Amino acid sequence: MNFSDYFVLWVGGLLTLMIFSFLYRDNPFYKFAEHLFVGVSAAYWMVVGFWTTFIPNLIGSIYPPSVSWFTANPEEARTVIASLYDQMWYWRYGRIVPLILGCMLLTRLAPKASWMSRWPMAFIIGYAAGTNLTRYLQSDFVAQIKATLVPLIVFNEAGFSLGETISNIVIVFGVLSALVYFFFSKEHKGWFGGTARVGIWVLMVAFGAAFGYTVMARISLLIGRMNFLGSWLGSVF
Amino acid sequence: MTFIEKMQAIDRRIIFLLIALAVIIPMVFKLVIPVRPSPIVQAIFDKIEELPSGSKVLLSFDYGPATVPENQPMADGLARHCMIRGHKLYLMAVWATGEAQGNITIENVIAKEFPDAVYGEDYIQLGYKAGNQGLINAIFTDLKGMYTTDAGGVDINSFPMMKEVNTLPDFDLILCIGSGKPGLKEWVQFAGDRGDIPVSGGVTAVEAPLLYPYYPKQLLGLMGGLQGAAQFEAALVKKYPQYKDVSSGAVILMGPQTVAHLVIIAFVIIGNIGFFVLRRREKRARTE
Amino acid sequence: MRREIPLFITFIIGTALVVALFIPHEPFRELDHQFSVWFDIIAVFAFILGGGNLLRVHVDRITRKHPDRIYSMVTIVGFLGTLLIGLFKFGGDPGLTGNYIAQGTWFKVVYDAFFVPLGATMFSLLAFFVASASYRAFRAKTREATILLIAAFIILVGRTPLGYYLTFWLPEPLQFLHIPNLSSWIMSVPNLAGQRAIMIGIALGIIATSLKLILGIERSYLGQEK
Repeated sequence: MNFSDYFVLWVGGLLTLMIFSFLYRDNPFYKFAEHLFVGVSAAYWMVVGFWTTFIPNLIGSIYPPSVSWFTANPEEARTVIASLYDQMWYWRYGRIVPLILGCMLLTRLAPKASWMSRWPMAFIIGYAAGTNLTRYLQSDFVAQIKATLVPLIVFNEAGFSLGETISNIVIVFGVLSALVYFFFSKEHKGWFGGTARVGIWVLMVAFGAAFGYTVMARISLLIGRMNFLGSWLGSVF
Repeated sequence: MTFIEKMQAIDRRIIFLLIALAVIIPMVFKLVIPVRPSPIVQAIFDKIEELPSGSKVLLSFDYGPATVPENQPMADGLARHCMIRGHKLYLMAVWATGEAQGNITIENVIAKEFPDAVYGEDYIQLGYKAGNQGLINAIFTDLKGMYTTDAGGVDINSFPMMKEVNTLPDFDLILCIGSGKPGLKEWVQFAGDRGDIPVSGGVTAVEAPLLYPYYPKQLLGLMGGLQGAAQFEAALVKKYPQYKDVSSGAVILMGPQTVAHLVIIAFVIIGNIGFFVLRRREKRARTE
Repeated sequence: MRREIPLFITFIIGTALVVALFIPHEPFRELDHQFSVWFDIIAVFAFILGGGNLLRVHVDRITRKHPDRIYSMVTIVGFLGTLLIGLFKFGGDPGLTGNYIAQGTWFKVVYDAFFVPLGATMFSLLAFFVASASYRAFRAKTREATILLIAAFIILVGRTPLGYYLTFWLPEPLQFLHIPNLSSWIMSVPNLAGQRAIMIGIALGIIATSLKLILGIERSYLGQEK
């Protein structure tokens, strides 16, 4: 192991213990680690966004020769620049629009000029609304209804299948009853209330499954950290 | 204060200690428990297996260090299987932390176990781009418009394996390892359903139950959490026993996972026994 | 005009993207792609905005002599240090060439030594609180809570090899009661039904909200008129 490996192992080990110290009670070590995490992660996202998207997809597109500043191999830079020039010029220069909108978004940091951030916000909202409307309609609405339209009596190669029949009945009536529970325009009374009650039970099973899986997930993450601490201590002793 | 009352008011730090021990002790004793693949995990294995060698598989790393114990074995397992089958593997990330995780898979699996694999011909790291689902939407119609270079800044058109790839529908299979939004759900919505492309992958156990409605029509198969990753490793070893030693990252961790589950179950039972005993006592006291 | 232009932008972008689904040809296909690229680029500015906001909040805490100002300094040092190391690609290829997170760069060391352990441990803390909640709060108080508890119970046991050993001896006709089978059935049938109903409900909400946004009926994102 070289110096940087030791650095990573030791700093990582100490920071892990600092976070775990919260389990005893809140303390300055935990607060230190927590605040450090916030600062490092915010900068991490900025740096990654800058080098992966801002430079190649914005600056490189508007002014392709800039690519050569960030590439070690000049030959490489030349081919990339040539391919960028191949793109339709109006779309290439069109990227000035997100540059301007992006700068306007930053006006949120200055309260007096923050009204300007409404334009990029409007773009973001328009984009999210336009894509979500179509994608949720296709994947989470139409496709789900289609997938629920299944036979309630199932025959397979071996003849009548009791297991699949029961499963399909539970799926169809489970979805319907849970949807009835979500329908608040009518009072949950009589047969409607009874169906809604079944809907609650179906939802409770789903929440129970979700709880079980959540426990599994959290334990797995703890195992990962303990594994790391084990390898850290293993390197010491 | 009775024993039951004392147990109900137990200091939570004792519970913390017990759960830590439940994880540490099986780790020290290297408790290994056999794992069997479930149909929903086996479906992913079968799909990769049945694709003709040389198929184009996109593997998106949409997670970060926080969920590595669950997600990394999934990514490693899928990459290993694709390389065994001779598929062309395209690595990318919709999460800013994903590129670094993809590099770990390249380093630990592809470079170590498949030294003959050539970068740019057998696998490529496209890296991360910002935009979440906007990125998936952008590359759906023009991948090279967004990825003008690979992650290392090399011209994308200079790689032989990029010659036949221009849009997402050019891929034979999309695999996503996710731990939140954007993740597998967005790949189903913005790529799979839109372009009728087979989508599959693995997610953290927290997210897995939410994706079951997509299975099996919109989602070919699903690995949920560490258990899902361990099941995939088991499926791989069953078919390719020579990978038993390397395909065990998740299986090894299932020992402590099992013991910790048992401890949690014990907590629920003890907690409820105490609750019912005290409630009965209260009722009795009220009637008297 | 401060409100009309944003409403117009939302309408044009949203409508173009919806039309692109039904007319997947030029110019809508290209518009769909270019708007996506623009969205991706603006996302980077959102990261910058996030960083700027963080800096503003913590500088403010220091200047106001907040009791926790020492920790704000830690945040600022962590933020600026990582930012400088990353933007100038310290330790990598000469100048600004090379991959920002390549092996050997300081940014990679910061990622491995600070970002990875802090993020991973922060999330793993939740295991302890889930365990504590299981003991203290997970009670079969009502019929609904009992159903939830039983489902969670079967899932927890069934998703571990223990479930197999408990009931593997069951005869063939009763194999559906074998805990791993029961656990898989709960996930694929009643859980699926519940999650699907939730999914359909959320989809309806998102579709309605998206329509209201595109048509300018929902305008709360524009804030108050000043």
